[in-house]
Amino acid sequence: MVERRAGRTACKILQNRQIADGIFELVLQWPKILQRPTAGQFVNLYCTNQDRLLPRPISVCEIDGDKLHLVYAVLGRGTAEFATLQTGGVIDLLGPFGNGFSLAGKPGRALLVSGGVGTPPMVELAKQLQARGWSMDVVCGFRSQSYLIEQLSRYADVHIATDSGAEGFSGNVIELLDQETLSGDALFACGPGPMLKGVQAWAKTKGIPAQLSLEERMGCGFGACVGCVTKIAADNESGFIYKKVCKDGPVFPAAEVLFQ
Amino acid sequence: MKLAVNIAGVELKNPVMTASGTFGSGRDFEPWIDLNRLGCVVVKGVAATPWEGNPPPRIVETWGGMINSVGLQNPGVEYFIAEDIPWLRQFDTRICVNIVGRTVSEYVAVAERLASEDVDLLELNISCPNIKEGGVAFGVQAEAAAAVTSAVKKVARQPLIVKLSPNVSDIAEIARAVEGAGADAISLINTLLGSRIDIRKRKFILSMKHGGLSGPAIKPVAVRMVWQVAQAVKLPVIGMGGIMTGEDAIEFILAGATAIAVGTASLLNPEATMQVLEGMERYMRETGVEDIAELVGSVK
Ligand SMILES: Cc1cc2nc3c(=O)[nH]c(=O)nc-3n(C[C@H](O)[C@H](O)[C@H](O)COP(=O)(O)OP(=O)(O)OC[C@H]3O[C@@H](n4cnc5c(N)ncnc54)[C@H](O)[C@@H]3O)c2cc1C
Ligand SMILES: Cc1cc2nc3c(=O)[nH]c(=O)nc-3n(C[C@H](O)[C@H](O)[C@H](O)COP(=O)(O)O)c2cc1C
Ligand code: FES
Repeated sequence: MVERRAGRTACKILQNRQIADGIFELVLQWPKILQRPTAGQFVNLYCTNQDRLLPRPISVCEIDGDKLHLVYAVLGRGTAEFATLQTGGVIDLLGPFGNGFSLAGKPGRALLVSGGVGTPPMVELAKQLQARGWSMDVVCGFRSQSYLIEQLSRYADVHIATDSGAEGFSGNVIELLDQETLSGDALFACGPGPMLKGVQAWAKTKGIPAQLSLEERMGCGFGACVGCVTKIAADNESGFIYKKVCKDGPVFPAAEVLFQ
Repeated sequence: MKLAVNIAGVELKNPVMTASGTFGSGRDFEPWIDLNRLGCVVVKGVAATPWEGNPPPRIVETWGGMINSVGLQNPGVEYFIAEDIPWLRQFDTRICVNIVGRTVSEYVAVAERLASEDVDLLELNISCPNIKEGGVAFGVQAEAAAAVTSAVKKVARQPLIVKLSPNVSDIAEIARAVEGAGADAISLINTLLGSRIDIRKRKFILSMKHGGLSGPAIKPVAVRMVWQVAQAVKLPVIGMGGIMTGEDAIEFILAGATAIAVGTASLLNPEATMQVLEGMERYMRETGVEDIAELVGSVK
């Protein structure tokens, strides 16, 4: 018998505020009936507008007691709806889902690399790594404005890159990794596809075992639709199989991910 | 109150089925629902050999629905027999296997392989829009639909449901053709062909350009087609397309469906099948219906 799980649950909104241009932090009261999320997992948020039916997967940014912190970018109509949510209201949530980052292994120095809204999951990850005795650098890239730096600084040495050069290093995270000659015993990354592809190649040349957290469009979030697949290397005729980002991932060993 | 229904000699404890491809083989739903309460689990399309499916993106949201181009990724019939039948048999529910193929002989191979296996029903999917050959090609032409139906019927040991595509100009003609070819029941509708374009990139969002539209947006089309088919044939009809609530399901029953299937709604809410069942029961209580059979096709 599998463990019973609570279904779609209306979660109370404790805060929903803008923390950077087009970036919001949403703090929810985490109901006890839901499983406690881990670093690298995500939750499905749903719109109230019934013409937008599909889940909006958002990564766990931080779990702070019984509060769940999420950070999202306003991208389309769904996240624009979320931006209008008020404290005291509720939002429909299902989850948490996904495998999360693997924190197994002997503690050492970790390298966390993120781009844009790939940065939120790094907060809970850094917290969990520190609790397990790791020290770490976080290298995060933004278009022009950083966020979550204060939270990350509690656990890690933070290095910022911006495309525009408005803050920190002017350039991308890979260039910054090289410039600062950073290294580590394990690498964890989340961000846009092209960045992850760069990180994969970088980690390979440095011989650092890496985990990548991927994104794909989701129909369900819990493994039922087989919509959210990504190419994972396999020992078969075609050299790959499609695995589900929502259930087999979103975190995969970097060496197994085949980018287009 | 009687909810049990009969599909080609197979009794279902209630009319709620799962729509193929939206429920896997049920494992993903076990944390949320009691599978014993389902009338029938219709599993994801099963092919003779493993299919890898289409490249991502495979899913895109649309107004009141979604378009998918999963392309019937499945681990093949041998895996299904070894892993899924024993697992599903733990539950007191019916098992219906959705069969897919690229050629008549591939469909026949799956039905033949399942002949000696412990499953209750077969559903011939001649209506998937997501594969290049076969699939929908069989579903849009009366002669081809009849040919694959009779070929599979010859080897099938379980009652055969034929699942129709809505992407046709005369659904009644196809329904009559598969009835003539020996189908034991008809299910409909599969997804409607659709596309979405990213206007900034000027590109189709789905890697396959087009895919199958499902969800509440398609319900009126489905209700109309179920009625047309129920008028045209004597076979039991299984209705689906956009069912989100018990009330939606009742519409299909009134239009002539003996049983109904919940698809996209299960992806949006893993408890949807149970909510649909409870909604149907509530409707029957409120309107004083003793036996669901009284409602079938009773629209005026
Ligand atoms: C595992 C995972 C974790 C994520 N974590 C975060 C996070 O912490 N913060 C954050 O800001 N964003 C995150 N995203 C991306 C976020 O889900 C999308 O930006 C969001 O769904 C866009 O919704 P929309 O309605 O504003 O956009 P629209 O374009 O209107 O959305 C239409 C549909 O496309 C889907 N979609 C659009 N863009 C994406 C995308 N990039 N990835 C997946 N689905 C998409 C939507 O979910 C919706 O179903 C994550 C995505 C995944 C897969
Ligand atoms: C993600 C997805 C996968 C599907 N896969 C199959 C399949 O394998 N075989 C099949 O006959 N129909 C398949 N369908 C069609 C559904 O079974 C159903 O006919 C259709 O979605 C309409 O019902 P709905 O609006 O309730 O989803 C699929 C639909 C979706 C959304
Ligand atoms: S989103 Fe449905 S299987 Fe991953």
